[in-house]
Formats: sequence, C-alpha cells, structure tokens
Amino acid sequence: MGFENFGTVSFTAEAKAADFITYLEAGKVMATRCRKCGVSYFPPRMDCPRCLSSDVEWFEIKGDGKLISYTVVNYGPTGFENDAPYILALGEFDGGVQIFACLSRDIEQKDIQIGMGLVVSPVKLPDNRIAYEFKKG
Amino acid sequence: MPERNVCIIAGGMSKWGVREASIIDMAQEAAKECFDDIPALKRKDIDGLLFASSYCGRRSFQVNIAPVVAERIGIKPTSMCTRVDTLCAGGSSGIILATGLIKSGIADVVMIAGGEKLYTPQRWETYYSELASIDHDWDGAQGMGLPPPYFSMTAQEHMKRYGTTKEQLWAVSVKNRRNGSTNPKGHFQKAVTIEEVMASRVIVPPLSLYDCCPITDGCAAVILTYAEKARELTDRPLVYIRGSAQAALHSMSINWPGEHLADWLHMRTAAKRAYEMGRVGPEDIDVAMTHDCFTISEIVEMEELGFCKKGEGGPFVESGQSDFGGKVPVNTDGGLLSCGHPFGATGIRQAREILQQLQGRAIRQVEGAEIGLTHNLSGLNVEHTILIYGREP
Ligand SMILES: [Zn+2]
Repeated sequence: MGFENFGTVSFTAEAKAADFITYLEAGKVMATRCRKCGVSYFPPRMDCPRCLSSDVEWFEIKGDGKLISYTVVNYGPTGFENDAPYILALGEFDGGVQIFACLSRDIEQKDIQIGMGLVVSPVKLPDNRIAYEFKKG
Repeated sequence: MPERNVCIIAGGMSKWGVREASIIDMAQEAAKECFDDIPALKRKDIDGLLFASSYCGRRSFQVNIAPVVAERIGIKPTSMCTRVDTLCAGGSSGIILATGLIKSGIADVVMIAGGEKLYTPQRWETYYSELASIDHDWDGAQGMGLPPPYFSMTAQEHMKRYGTTKEQLWAVSVKNRRNGSTNPKGHFQKAVTIEEVMASRVIVPPLSLYDCCPITDGCAAVILTYAEKARELTDRPLVYIRGSAQAALHSMSINWPGEHLADWLHMRTAAKRAYEMGRVGPEDIDVAMTHDCFTISEIVEMEELGFCKKGEGGPFVESGQSDFGGKVPVNTDGGLLSCGHPFGATGIRQAREILQQLQGRAIRQVEGAEIGLTHNLSGLNVEHTILIYGREP
C-alpha cells in the first residue's frame, strides 16, 4: 500500500514515505524528524535534506496551527474541475512546520481570518481516496 | 587560450498567440528570423543548439526535441545539441549555459531556441501538466497547479503589509499592454485602459483577467558567439553577456526562504550575484525585462532588484518610474502580459529585446541604453534567473 489512493489526483504509487498513508488511514497526519540534526519535515522526508542522514522518526502533527495565507481556486487543474471553487491554505504548526492543504468545506469563506487556529486531519474523498485537510482549531 | 568574452549577435521570434502550427513549425519561423538578423553568419558555422522547452514531452509528444529542431532549421551541431528545462526560465538557462560553453571553448557559435505548443485539441492536458510543474506528489495532489491562486496569496500579502492597491497592480497591466501594442510578434497588439482592466472578470481575488499573462503558443531564438567572431560578423555595436545568476533555495511548500510570501530572498540572492559578476548595480540598469507573469510579480521584482525600496513597488510603478521617461523602463516590448508566455521561449524573447535596445534598434527605443537586465521566475516561485547585458564586456 502506497500513494495510489492519495489526494484527488496522485502520481506516485511507491515512495519511501508510504507509512504516511498507513498513519493517515489510522487517523493521524504525520511528519518526520531527523534524529541526527533534529530538523522536522512536512511533507515527510525519509532522508534528511540537511545532513543526508536516513535516521528519521515519525511524529504526529497535533494541536493548533495558525492560518498564514489562503486562496480561492475558481478554475481547477485537470481532475479538480468539479471541486472548484475550493480554498487552498498555508498553515504553520509546532516547530515551524508549514503545511499546504485544502480548507474544509465546513468553513465558510466569511469566517476565514488570517491567524485563525487550524488543525490538520485526514479526509475521505470519493472513490475510496484519502487526503488531509484543515479544520477550524 | 585566454578567456573569451561572449556576445549575443542575433534574435528572432515566431508570431506568438493561438497558433495553427506545431512547435517545430514555430521553431523554424523563429530561427529564420534569427538567421536573417545576422546575414554574414553562415548556418554551417553554428556548432551548438540548446532548445528550451518544458511541455514538449507531453503537449507535443516530442522528447529529445533538439536534434529534430536542428534538422528542420538546417543546422548540423557538432559541439552540443540538447534540450533545457527550467520551465519559465528555460531560455535564460540556455543563454547562461551557452555562455559557459563558448567561454570555455567547448562551443564557438550557439543558437539558443525554445518555446511551447500549448493549444492542442486535448486542452485538458495543459491543465493536467500544470500539476507536474510543482512537487506533484504533495502539493499537486492538493489541487495546486495553475498559478493564479498562488500569486493571489503574494498579492494579498503585499497589499496587507505595504498598502499596495489594485490601481497599482492595474498600472503594470496598462503600461505593458501599451508597450506591446506596437510589437507585431506578441500575443496582443491592443492597449487597454484602466477602466477596461477594472471591469475585467475576477480570476482569483485580487487578480483579474488583465493581471494575468495568457496561455500562448510561440518560439524564439538568439545566437551567441565570442567577441572576435562577433566583430567579423556585424557592424552593429556588440552586446556582451556581463553577468548571470540562478538561485533555487526551496521547494514550493517547504523551506520558503523569505520572511513572508511577498519577500523573495531567492530573487535578491540571484540579483546580488548577477550584479557582482556584471560589475554594476541597480542604478546602472538602463532597461529591464522582468517576469510579469502577474502584475504583482513585476511590483515585487522592482523591489528585489533594488530599483526601489522594499514595499515601495506599488508607488514606483504607479508614478511611471518603470515606464519610458522614468527611472528604468521595464518590459518595453510588452512583457509576458502582452506578448504571452510560451515558457521556454520567454527568456529568449527578453534577450532579443535587450539586444535590440542596446543596439539602438528596438521598436520602442530607450534612448542611449547601454546596460540591460533580464529576469525570470520559474514554477510557483521556486527559482529566479537573472542576466546582465552591456555594450562593454
Ligand atoms: Zn538531518
């Protein structure tokens, strides 16, 4: 099991970070941390770009993040035409980890405020696909 | 062998726009205009070809395109014949690489051509390929891909921090469409008024239709050689490549290098290196071609190039400082907003305009221009590429 059912349109089935999907199906959004130099990564990296060590550990992204920026996609790329309009957002979490994800459709556009609290959680998509999204913190 | 100085000696473009022609047809048109620009050069003397294109593999179903182009334009490269892919900066990458090849003696006379064919019967493919222009496994899977939503975040950030207004964004569009109105090769030849821009449909707030460059088919070509050879071939003033830089400091959603989305440290990094290599500063630039994929891009670029202070890009463009008669005329041929943006061709189009400006033969001439600059950002702002040209080496 790898990335074949990840996101609305995915490309790579096999990748070293495949455990990310196992965690996601178990309800957890995970990042990695390099055991050698301590840097955290999202998207998760199984080999540290900073020190090139492969000794990395998984950790769950828990608790409140905050909304840094967002944008409305009125015209989606191929595969996302029927999803538009949707909102893409950039959030910052513990340890300075930044995540780029869709904002849950439960959040109305008038209620969005830069700096508002966010949590990131798994979301089931049609056709048995899975991704992560932001909800209100 | 002493180190050679490298000159740009000729430039050409196909007609850009929505074309009923293949990428190879358009490469041929661009190359022909380029050969005609330097009649003393024999095609057999061109020993290298670099072809810049990012989408040719998918949209034209043509990989290893450089030898195909070489055959169609009647040249027989013997030093180097290859494709370059840096998305929106591919053409500029080709010019930097060719400069190194010629300086080192690996090549003597190199054509840098490039372009894209984006309008095909399978239009969905263009919007699908956009997902491949970023880290597709992660950001693409979330539905990021087409550039307007990303640059709308940059615009929002710049407006919030520095008080930049929509009127200032629109001033860029009005200027570049006016400059492009007399450029027969560009996508559009129609100037627009601020009222028309204001009334255009919203793409992603705060960006409207005229804040965004169009999707365009087209090719362009230039020729580079060493100074002694250039002197044999032309009586025109020589135009030297004085400096260059290309900076890539992060991937889209990870490790953003700036303090915020309107702070482009990677562009400042490239500008510093290019200025140092060119032995010039921002105050020396007489004419600049910067990457106006969106109106907000040109505003941020004025700041990061040092033409004005950080945060003052809006008033700088609104007061005409980037127009003829201002501090530094920018995008004198219409830029991406008027010419369009067939990715691999854009840096080459910019180089062609700078060549004509520094030789005093541009359609809209900046009087006495001696030092010019070109700039590209590529992908969703992951890389910046800058070249500096001058009448002296
Ligand atoms: Zn490390």
